[in-house]
Amino acid sequence: MTTKTPSKLEKILSEGHLAVTSECGPPRGSNIEHITKKGELIKDHVDAINITDNQTSMTRLCSLAACIRLKLMGLEPVLQMVTRDRNRIALQSDILGAASFEINNILCLSGDHQSFGDCAQGQNVHDIDSIQLIQTVRHMRDEGKFLGGDDLDGRDLDGRPQMFVGAAANPFADPFEIRVPRLAKKVAAGVEFIQTQCIYNLDKFEEWMKGVRDRGLHEKCYILAGLTPMKSVGMAKYMQKRVPGMDVPDEIIQRLQGVEKGKQAEEGIKICIESIQRLKECKGVAGFHVMAIEWEEKVPEIVEGAGLYPRPKLN
Amino acid sequence: MIVADRKPIEEIIGYLKDHKNILVLGCNECVTVCEAGGKKEVGVLASALRMHARKEGKEVKIDEVTIERQCDREYLDEIRDSIDQYDAVVSLACGVGVQFTAEQYHSTPVYPGVNTCFMGATEKRGLWTERCQGCGQCILATTGSICPVARCAKRLFNGPCGGSTDGRCEINAEVDCAWQLIIDRLRALDRLDEYEKLCPIKDWSTDRAGGPRKVVREDVQQ
Amino acid sequence: MQYPTNLKIVRVPCTGKVDVIHIMRAFEKGADGVAVIGCLEGECHFNSGNLMARRRVEQAQKILDTIGIGGERARMYNLSSSEGPRFAQYATEITEKIKELGPNPIRISKNKAA
Repeated sequence: MTTKTPSKLEKILSEGHLAVTSECGPPRGSNIEHITKKGELIKDHVDAINITDNQTSMTRLCSLAACIRLKLMGLEPVLQMVTRDRNRIALQSDILGAASFEINNILCLSGDHQSFGDCAQGQNVHDIDSIQLIQTVRHMRDEGKFLGGDDLDGRDLDGRPQMFVGAAANPFADPFEIRVPRLAKKVAAGVEFIQTQCIYNLDKFEEWMKGVRDRGLHEKCYILAGLTPMKSVGMAKYMQKRVPGMDVPDEIIQRLQGVEKGKQAEEGIKICIESIQRLKECKGVAGFHVMAIEWEEKVPEIVEGAGLYPRPKLN
Repeated sequence: MIVADRKPIEEIIGYLKDHKNILVLGCNECVTVCEAGGKKEVGVLASALRMHARKEGKEVKIDEVTIERQCDREYLDEIRDSIDQYDAVVSLACGVGVQFTAEQYHSTPVYPGVNTCFMGATEKRGLWTERCQGCGQCILATTGSICPVARCAKRLFNGPCGGSTDGRCEINAEVDCAWQLIIDRLRALDRLDEYEKLCPIKDWSTDRAGGPRKVVREDVQQ
Repeated sequence: MQYPTNLKIVRVPCTGKVDVIHIMRAFEKGADGVAVIGCLEGECHFNSGNLMARRRVEQAQKILDTIGIGGERARMYNLSSSEGPRFAQYATEITEKIKELGPNPIRISKNKAA
């Protein structure tokens, strides 16, 4: 497949390699070292690094600034952008800002509701939704126009954001029957790659993938399977009970309970690596998105253990 | 209808501390239906205010009047002859009524006695829930008559989001996921294939964002 | 059957007929306490009038607390219409309780003002 943008992630996927991406959460202060250190830790084991956008509505250093910092370090960032906090003017403006620093990947999201975070009394925006944001980026990139109809400045492709457009998918949210049609909607809107919610219920994920393949959606966008290693039985139980849209089968909890406390983290990493091995065989899975928030030091171990190291070099 | 909820009595007492001749003005429409500002509620509030004043040793006169509605001059005119004897009005109408009353009687302070909450319906007596936010461009024809603007916490036009669990919204297990409701209804109407139609970006200029709004019908103006 | 004479009895066909305003007006007129006495729960002749009454008494209690009159002055009691002795017992209880609480604060202020 040919590429449409200078995105390194797009190139790796188009060459048929299994891509590996990961994620970092910015600090709750202005010291960017937090991000640069994490970037350094994982840079040789991943093809691109997502920076979350005020995740769970907790106010943090903005994704755009952290992405710029990573880009200046020579890394490949994925700008996560939620529609919760910005109207269409600000969204388009930030897209141009990111593009001006040659940030070539964007993930379009709605965002967790602000009641989960530290500003539960604030307004939310939701001027447009995540699917409409996908359309907006594509419109700016391919048509060279703003939503309002004006042309972007610049000769030829000069002023247009050269962005590889992604979105999230959650095969485990309700209602299940609509999760493939929802992916179809995102594809129709112009999405080019997908990162899924973290997978523990492999059977259910494979069922979703079957529906995806039946509609040929895996050939219209690259699907990266999301994974998060469990640190402990406590974490597994919390995610099972308290996180909306998360499916943690009892077997996972039992397996973690079956080992002594000190070894649970190791077991969690094992489960993660086994999942990757199984999903490598799942047709339509184009790569993996390893989310080990605040545990980024384990990403190299997981990538190596899953046989995905070294990362392919691009010409 | 417009759904409102009674303000805490302490708050109203605070507004009235320097006033001695007070009219508690109720409304016979929406706030009567949601039991926040009708004749009954006027009676209870007036009685409470009287007792509080007497307890504090204050001489306060508190009258009770409930008119048909406070958003029409025709009914507000009914108190024109008596308004001057009062140095304050507590209006138990919705925010519209409080303001309109103040506009007709601009030298008399008019205080709100209820918190105006939303446009909604009576699910059952004692439970009123939101249905409409007055966006000015109704899309109910495409969503199986269920509004994602008023009923989805993120007002998604192409929902549901990834937080929808068991037909409930991620913000609160007691809140229905609007998009689950829409999907169920489209299925019941045998129109589930419409789910995949991409909903265009909303024009919010007819919503609050565009500024205070009006509706004009020149053909019925005198 | 003996019961204290300072109780003024107002008869209603069902306590469901008693609304919050009636309780409020009684205190406004200087009553020191109000007791709403209805059928045992589950035995209301009109189905659930006594349940509505209980909720209204609770509402009145909250308002009376807020304005400083005291919500304990209003209370709901349930008994069967054949339980004469229990009525007398309640009547005595009510009187003792109100005596403890003292006169309605409005009356004190009124007397002060006079």
